[in-house]
Amino acid sequence: MASMSRRKFLAATGVTAGAVATQGLFPAVLRAQGEPLRIGCPLPLTGPFAALAADMQRGAQLAQDELNAKGGVMGRKVEVLFRDDELKPAVGAQRTKELIENQKCQFIVGGLAAHVQMAINEQTKKSKVLFISTSQSDEISAKPDTSPITFHEALNPTITSRVMGTWIAQNLGKKWWIIYADYAWGKQNNAVLQDTLQKNGGTLLGATPYPLGSAEFSAHLPKIQAAKPDVLVSVTPGADNIAYLKQARSFGMDKTMKLAQPLLWISYLKEGGPELYADIYGSINWYWELQDTIPSAKKFVEASMKKFNMPPGDYGAYSYSGVLEVARGVELAKSTDSEAVANALRKSPVYDHFKGKEWWRACDNKAMQDMWIVKGRGPGKTKGDWGLMDIVAKVAADEKYDRTCAEKGHV
Amino acid sequence: MDFALAAVLPQIFTGLVLGMLFVLLAIGLSLIFGLMTVVNFSHGALYMLGAYFTVFFLGYTRNFWVALLLAPLMVGAFGLLIERFLIRRLYGRSPDDPLLLTFGLSLVLIETAKIIWGKIGLTLDPPRALGGAVNLGFMAFPAYRIFVIAVTVAVLFGLWAFLTRTNVGLIIRAGSRDPLMVRALGIDLNRIWLLVFGIGCGLAGLAGALAGPMRGAYADMGVTMVIESFVVVVVGGMGSLLGAVVAGIMMGQVVGITTYFAPKLAEIMVFVVMAVVLLVRPSGIFGEAGLAE
Repeated sequence: MASMSRRKFLAATGVTAGAVATQGLFPAVLRAQGEPLRIGCPLPLTGPFAALAADMQRGAQLAQDELNAKGGVMGRKVEVLFRDDELKPAVGAQRTKELIENQKCQFIVGGLAAHVQMAINEQTKKSKVLFISTSQSDEISAKPDTSPITFHEALNPTITSRVMGTWIAQNLGKKWWIIYADYAWGKQNNAVLQDTLQKNGGTLLGATPYPLGSAEFSAHLPKIQAAKPDVLVSVTPGADNIAYLKQARSFGMDKTMKLAQPLLWISYLKEGGPELYADIYGSINWYWELQDTIPSAKKFVEASMKKFNMPPGDYGAYSYSGVLEVARGVELAKSTDSEAVANALRKSPVYDHFKGKEWWRACDNKAMQDMWIVKGRGPGKTKGDWGLMDIVAKVAADEKYDRTCAEKGHV
Repeated sequence: MDFALAAVLPQIFTGLVLGMLFVLLAIGLSLIFGLMTVVNFSHGALYMLGAYFTVFFLGYTRNFWVALLLAPLMVGAFGLLIERFLIRRLYGRSPDDPLLLTFGLSLVLIETAKIIWGKIGLTLDPPRALGGAVNLGFMAFPAYRIFVIAVTVAVLFGLWAFLTRTNVGLIIRAGSRDPLMVRALGIDLNRIWLLVFGIGCGLAGLAGALAGPMRGAYADMGVTMVIESFVVVVVGGMGSLLGAVVAGIMMGQVVGITTYFAPKLAEIMVFVVMAVVLLVRPSGIFGEAGLAE
């Protein structure tokens, strides 16, 4: 009995070991032919930016599906891998490193919070991997942080706050109070807003920093109420935006001053509801109702309706475009080498994936693009579940809105 | 002088609302610690559950008042289960054990909330009647926040009456002084501990239910609140209910006033005040020496 079971044991282990060994061998051979093109996508899937991150995840998935439906890129399947950066720079860097080293991602597209995106960029530079950032930041396309393989698809605080700040000063009032999240994106917007206000001959009554991710604004509000500004400009990203607007309205401030912000996000208009966002002004990089006039927008919206039964949001559009740009670059360069792809994109910089013509500025790899001034539609004025904004004005892409190449340290 | 008062009065009022939430959380923590010497680290997660349960019951009943009543009761009932099936097994062991247990429990609850209600927070509105702002003369103040102050004061009076005017309250107070003697009198302290833990958790649930319409409901909402509430308990004196009330209101004021003069320091100031208080009175404002050791 004992010897029988030992023989059985030996036979069993032999078979198992053989199976493991062959499994290790054959797929490796198979893999070499159809090795997919892997794009890593670190996003803050948990925390106050979760709603935007989910939108971006859907956008990147749509791009992946679209590319694979066409037979992939250079005959290779496209795979987008998502990781949660938890809104922490150290975690973002770690996840990016794992995506590149363990998952063999050849490109990185993503990032949402400005400070986390800088950490991702440090990692991609070190690994010599092309990075298309989908986060708003001024530094990402400026020296010393940028690199020849760092591209920036999103708008940045300079463009956003110059455009929106000018519009607010000319249309809503010239006595401002600014409340801003005390981190990279918030501080950059605050600085540009103040500068823009000054250039438009306005007066700054005060500027208040608050910790990012805060749900409690009440202690900041009485002081602002007492100062009686024409406009309260808020740089309150993510879920903070809803908490801030709720509390500002509950203090009755919507009745004594105009509420405006550099940026509006449809994900939060949906979550907060039309009553909360009624007549709140902001700018936006893209809104799905643009499909009425822009063919590439229509295609993008239709794909999203089909797969997710909802239109894409403003940030989902960035990641969608980012993944498609990687694919375009690879096909132009006929290579997955990051430097070759970067050169190819700079050589034919014009593209249109979702919003009409965009182009990469040669000196800093910054995407130049149209933007729109929008405001929240009040209750009763919305169209369907997602028709939440009125387009007030279009601002055509122009390099003058960004800092010049020289100002950004490019010679 | 008039100018300074006009500026500070609105800050004091907004700080009062922040203080009320601290008081509700701290008094529950202190009650549980005073009687059971259990440091309940899951308090923040229960606060979060209070907000989510309010959203849940609001969805079912379409009535804010019913939801506001049911949510804390549910959290309290959940607290009964925690005590009966988890904490009770750890009595007589090192006080670190329930601390570790409740800390682990808070992680489980936060992740579970993310699975059930999603990683994206939910918003809920105060009822119509409390939606607007009231003109207080010196400022416009949200009606809902005045309601929060009123509810907290009413609950504190109720709790005070319960502890001083009823037999059970008498036993609770006796039990926190000398549990051995109370047992010797033939009283089943296990039932008292169960009740107290439930009440403490219910108060955390109430704080969450009240905070929901101001701040929304999200899985991590209790993480910083529980730390700040522990600071309040330590400043007030571990186990002292009066201390929890006084220190809770005080910390609300510290945040409110600091935000006015130096918004960046508001978060740190709470800890600075704690350090100063502990230097002067190592057991907190109303603490008894030796209790927390």
